[in-house]
Amino acid sequence: MIYFNQVSKIYPGNSVALNNVTFTVEPGEFLSVVGHSGAGKSTLLKMILAEDKPTEGTVFFESTNIHELSKHAIPLLRRRIGSVFQDFRLLPDKTAYENIAFTMEAAGRGDEEIASDVPYVLELVGLGNRLSSFPHELSGGERQRVAIARAIVNQPDLLIADEPTGNLDPINTHEIIQIFKKINDIGTTIILTTHNKGVIDDLGRRVITLENGRVARDDKKGRYVL
Amino acid sequence: MTMLKLTLKRIIRLGFVSFWRNSVVTLASVLTLLVTLFAIGGMILGAAFMGGVLANIQEKVDISVSFKLDAADNDIAAMKNALALLPEVKSVEYLSREQELADFKTKHQDNALLIQSLDEVGNPFGARLNIRAQDPTHYEAIANFLQSKDQTAAPIIDQISFKKDIVDKLIAISRAARSVGVAVSIVLIFISILVTVNTISLAIYISRDEISVMQLVGAGDSYVRGPFLVEGILAGLIAAVLALVLLYPSVLWVRNITAGVYGGIDLATYYFTNFFQLLFVLVLSGVVLGGVASFLAIRKYGAV
Repeated sequence: MIYFNQVSKIYPGNSVALNNVTFTVEPGEFLSVVGHSGAGKSTLLKMILAEDKPTEGTVFFESTNIHELSKHAIPLLRRRIGSVFQDFRLLPDKTAYENIAFTMEAAGRGDEEIASDVPYVLELVGLGNRLSSFPHELSGGERQRVAIARAIVNQPDLLIADEPTGNLDPINTHEIIQIFKKINDIGTTIILTTHNKGVIDDLGRRVITLENGRVARDDKKGRYVL
Repeated sequence: MTMLKLTLKRIIRLGFVSFWRNSVVTLASVLTLLVTLFAIGGMILGAAFMGGVLANIQEKVDISVSFKLDAADNDIAAMKNALALLPEVKSVEYLSREQELADFKTKHQDNALLIQSLDEVGNPFGARLNIRAQDPTHYEAIANFLQSKDQTAAPIIDQISFKKDIVDKLIAISRAARSVGVAVSIVLIFISILVTVNTISLAIYISRDEISVMQLVGAGDSYVRGPFLVEGILAGLIAAVLALVLLYPSVLWVRNITAGVYGGIDLATYYFTNFFQLLFVLVLSGVVLGGVASFLAIRKYGAV
């Protein structure tokens, strides 16, 4: 589903974020990417979202070369990918409901669909009663659930999560990971980056370890070894 | 509902909602737009006022040609017809000797001595033509025309007079006042346009994180930019209405302090008779200004 082919990224000033990275993610996989800060984890995810371009190499989403997409095709790609971030990235002036509805509206979904799906996904992440709360009225864990609800509402083929539990306490972290597992169980491919040893051990799925921009390990049933 | 209509409806709704919710940003945009539109409205009214003064002065100017006492009526009539054919001439009015005398008598009816002495001398007035030009700059040409026409063996014109010096000065003063007023207004308007564009840019700059989030969840360009455009246009619309409302007390104030100005028009009447033109100009300026400022800012800060 995702194919990184000899991808390197060198930022101005000769700082190497990724160095000749090659790997494949199969549909339905749950891949965790671990590594120290600056190991290139976020750069990796940015490339999948077409936020950043590789200096060398190619990144494929199914049979599409992501970085050959036109400006107009990028939103279409992003609608097939749900994304969750460490800092939640909700729209501050919109309620939980509106944050999720916005994503559906942007994807051109109908009003009736929106009216039925948004409460449903919020229910799914355990926030059925916080429809009209603004982000600043929600706790960190609740905000991340809204972000997850937003990421899955368009039934994406791929969910990417950049340190999704980085700002959460252990209980919320565990619960969020359980939600991800459920999402993966229904067939959604997930790529997750994390610092959290507990998360990796909890998951027991494939782990890619990045070191200085290189793939140092790729374990089928990985553990956190750094 | 077609996709386009649905998208448009959603963009407009999103614009309205954020306009309402971002009250501080909205207030700043509306206020700066208000200053600009008020200046534009003020300039329009000021120009109308000075235009009224100028037109009034010009209306008062005419060339007065007095003829010799023995000038033949048909010679005068010929002169009048020749003048009426000139493109520079707006109107020619003929006053006969008898009319002149009657006018003089009415004017001085209280002065018995004067009337009495007139009766003794007989009618001392020559016939007269009062000529109005299309434009005050034409008077010189008309006067020259009259003089050349009168270069005959028996000239009939006694005197050509027009209050050229005073009129010229008045016209020069009003023109200068109008030019200075317009120039000052243009500078003011230019400055406030810059301030407005900056304020709106800043408002959108503050939202750049939000813009990047919208783009990350797959919103297309029009969907990201549209609501900001709607907000800008809405701010312009509201500022235009506010500016028009605020112009009214200003107009009343100006009317009171300029009541004695020679030839000035009543601005309050002007305000009401031209209400819809003013509204149209202000709304158009506001919408264009707010819209263009938002458009430029979003292009600057909303790049993918």
